[in-house]
Amino acid sequence: MKEANRTIAEGRVWFQSAGKEAWMAKGANMAIRAVNLIGLLLLVLIFALPFAWMISTSLKTMPETMVFPPEWIPKNPVWQNFSEAWSSGPFLQYFVNSVVIAVCILALQMLTIIPAAYAFARYQFKGSGLLFGMVMITLMIPSQLIFLPVYLELSAWKLLNTHLGLILPFASSAFGIFLLRQAFKQVPEELIEAARLDNAKEWKVILNIMVPLVRPVLITFALFSFIAHWNDYFWPLVMTTDETARTLPLGIAKIREVEGVATWNILMAGNLILVLPILIVFFFAQRQIIRAFVYNGVK
Amino acid sequence: MMAKIELKNIGKKFKDEEVIKNLNLTIEDGSFTVLVGPSGCGKSTTLRMIAGLDKQTSGDILIGGRSVNHIAPGLRDVAMVFQNYALYPTMTVRENIEFGLKNRKVPKQERDTLIHDISEIVGLTSYLNKKPQMLSGGQRQRVALARAMVKQPKVFILDEPLSNLDAKLRNQMRTELIQLHRRLGTTFVYVTHDQVEAMSMGDVIVVMNQGVIQQAASPAKLYGDPENLFTAQFIGTPAMNILNFSEVQGLHIPAAERIGYLGFRPEHVLMKQDLHREGFTLDGEIVTRESLGAETIYQIKSKAGVFFVKTFLEPMEMNSQIKVTIPYEQLYYFAPDGQRIRGIEAREKSLSFVGGK
Ligand SMILES: Nc1ncnc2c1ncn2[C@@H]1O[C@H](COP(=O)(O)OP(=O)(O)OP(=O)(O)O)[C@@H](O)[C@H]1O
Ligand SMILES: [Mg+2]
Repeated sequence: MKEANRTIAEGRVWFQSAGKEAWMAKGANMAIRAVNLIGLLLLVLIFALPFAWMISTSLKTMPETMVFPPEWIPKNPVWQNFSEAWSSGPFLQYFVNSVVIAVCILALQMLTIIPAAYAFARYQFKGSGLLFGMVMITLMIPSQLIFLPVYLELSAWKLLNTHLGLILPFASSAFGIFLLRQAFKQVPEELIEAARLDNAKEWKVILNIMVPLVRPVLITFALFSFIAHWNDYFWPLVMTTDETARTLPLGIAKIREVEGVATWNILMAGNLILVLPILIVFFFAQRQIIRAFVYNGVK
Repeated sequence: MMAKIELKNIGKKFKDEEVIKNLNLTIEDGSFTVLVGPSGCGKSTTLRMIAGLDKQTSGDILIGGRSVNHIAPGLRDVAMVFQNYALYPTMTVRENIEFGLKNRKVPKQERDTLIHDISEIVGLTSYLNKKPQMLSGGQRQRVALARAMVKQPKVFILDEPLSNLDAKLRNQMRTELIQLHRRLGTTFVYVTHDQVEAMSMGDVIVVMNQGVIQQAASPAKLYGDPENLFTAQFIGTPAMNILNFSEVQGLHIPAAERIGYLGFRPEHVLMKQDLHREGFTLDGEIVTRESLGAETIYQIKSKAGVFFVKTFLEPMEMNSQIKVTIPYEQLYYFAPDGQRIRGIEAREKSLSFVGGK
């Protein structure tokens, strides 16, 4: 999903910049435009098809899912699939857990990465290079490699089956620090100096000058983070053994187990419930994200 | 609210590079002081030290008699206008102006009146709710000024505030700044590397070169009575002509061995021979003629070197061979190290001299 939209955004940027070369021979220009357009359409198809498939399947009856050739639009959409998926487990609980965890992670990350990125971007302190190097290294370590010690540590703290256990490991984000540091570095020094002359405290400089300037980047990161943790399957699987902290992706995966047979229609309905919040958030943040990709610093 | 600025034995190093060397300067309260000098001579650095954005490596800075060495930029009662304005891009004009007031916890009502008054003065009232990106260069400049003025600082610091404007707007803003200074009566410290700007705006001009003050004086004094070669050549267009004294013939001067260079201004050269003025004469050949309307500038090649002549409202000289005269009192003498030598007076053929010290 997120890849799909990012690619579309990038495609659009690329398309726009190609469009700028209007001084080129008109014919060649038209040809390039046509190729661009076809390319974009292909991209849309590649990413939209599975999605359409999911929606279509979620509205079919069991036998209809098996029909070949498949029917794209079911004759009698079965809306009960959604309620069936929802009631196949304590889905309200899953949903609340997912929201609480993804939102808390995001809030904590904002709290940690903004000051960290600001410090790395704007101050040369003893060991700043080394520290930043360490942050960057964590980007290269796959989480599967270190999940065991983290799991042991957290279980020693009695955090299994708790929200905190699902939140704490992600309280900061190396990717976020990196991304934000780059954005902060582009802010001209004079702006900060002007703020200093305006008697602004450091936190005011951050909140009133820096953060608004990098808002598109921040929103993009927030979205990536939210989606990643909303969809996360691995860590909740490791950290939960009962329903108290279990999240939506786990609940949906369980649909398959419960029924024994692959009830694709119910599963797809569950998946749709899972991605719907993301779609809604994305819908509202879309413009900001595209801006973040065409973001070329402060003019 | 006294705001005399005193810089005492200021030195500034970046890493090992010494940028300012033992600088001493007093900027009088209420003056319009202009720092001028070639690029990289340390003007901005000096300003930034006064504002507190850079810390001097050695020496003391006093504002209004109070040492500000350890006082944060925001608490020095100094407002700065940056060359590229440095307006906060995400804030509206109003918020830009208001930011400093909010940080100083000025009550809302007072803020509103201040903003209202200031935007009236600089003519921004109808733009208050726009973002800086939507404004023209001149309007941004005004916002920057308003943002500085609203804090009612003791000192205004302006670092090449007009260099991003086109020529016409620059002239207009120059006049407005002079009026603003009269109106506020606050100390202005202004940096430019445009000597015309400096001459037209400053009460006091501080000429700097390579981190050292060459001369600090009024525009008239700088022009008429330069301390050294650098100042003499920096002020005036075209610059003062400088001839190597050893190549100059026909000047009879006592103690001539002390002199390294002879200087005279292009506008003091007389091209007409019928004048009964005593002076130093030079034979030469006109190499180029350049008419600027009322003025004409000639480049003349003589045995003693190439020099420029500027005439005003005179018909263009068409002969190529020419004899020019520079009145004795318009000659400047400099030692080999560039320092001005005063009190020398040349006399035609006569060997007597007056007042040499
Ligand atoms: N942050 C810095 N680090 C290292 N060197 C610096 C720094 N800032 C200025 N310098 C050096 O100090 C010298 C003086 O710089 P400064 O900016 O004061 O010159 P300026 O007179 O304002 O020149 P301009 O007219 O080009 O603005 C220059 O040689 C410059 O390279
Ligand atoms: Mg400068």
